[in-house]
Amino acid sequence: MAQTLRVRIQTQDFDLGAELAALRGADARVGAVCSFVGTVRDRNAGGPGDIQSLELEHYPGMTERAIEAMIDAAHARFDILDARVIHRIGLLQPLDQIVLVAVTSAHRGESFQACEFIMDYLKTQAPFWKKEQTAQGAHWVDARVSDDAALARWGIQADNAA
Amino acid sequence: MKVQIKYFASIREAIGRGGEEWETGAATLAQLRAELLARGGPYAGALAPGRALRMALNQVMADEAAVLTEGSEVAFFPPVTGG
Repeated sequence: MAQTLRVRIQTQDFDLGAELAALRGADARVGAVCSFVGTVRDRNAGGPGDIQSLELEHYPGMTERAIEAMIDAAHARFDILDARVIHRIGLLQPLDQIVLVAVTSAHRGESFQACEFIMDYLKTQAPFWKKEQTAQGAHWVDARVSDDAALARWGIQADNAA
Repeated sequence: MKVQIKYFASIREAIGRGGEEWETGAATLAQLRAELLARGGPYAGALAPGRALRMALNQVMADEAAVLTEGSEVAFFPPVTGG
């Protein structure tokens, strides 16, 4: 297990700087590091401060497998060097980090694209579910048709929200 | 044959359990869904036709035509909302 895991599902927070440094490592071929961090908002359908907390559930085993396959697909499409995905589960609060997608490549275009590709893929095909706690009670978040549309831009048909 | 069934998120809450082993006569995911639906009670609501339901077979997203085999791991869940 000398190799670092490409996909991590965890309850604890992550340190963006440390993750990017680890991803680059000593690879002098890297000329571009692109990352996306998703964070918990305090509002969704409701107003500011509406969301008190967010609970993330996942399907252990399938989640890791699905995201590994997405990273493989990104390698097949784009000339990237390495990629890392971290997704948190459990109870989160507004302002918390939820997800990290980070990609390295020789030139910026490939890592910009691969980062967005992996994130679009993850939104509609990785088995995670969010439950919002609001003053009005708890409810499961609805999937968005716009997320299916985002993946369709890459030529991949998704009907998660349909 | 026996299959392992898992339920997640709103489907898990509606059925009241995270999973179960199930002796089935179903050949496909569609038939398994119908079989579970026919048990009535919470299954009738959770797996009702028209309710947004996604499925996985052996930890890969699958559609209703997917074919079951002995020991298959099947999962029923709502549309995913991670990220």
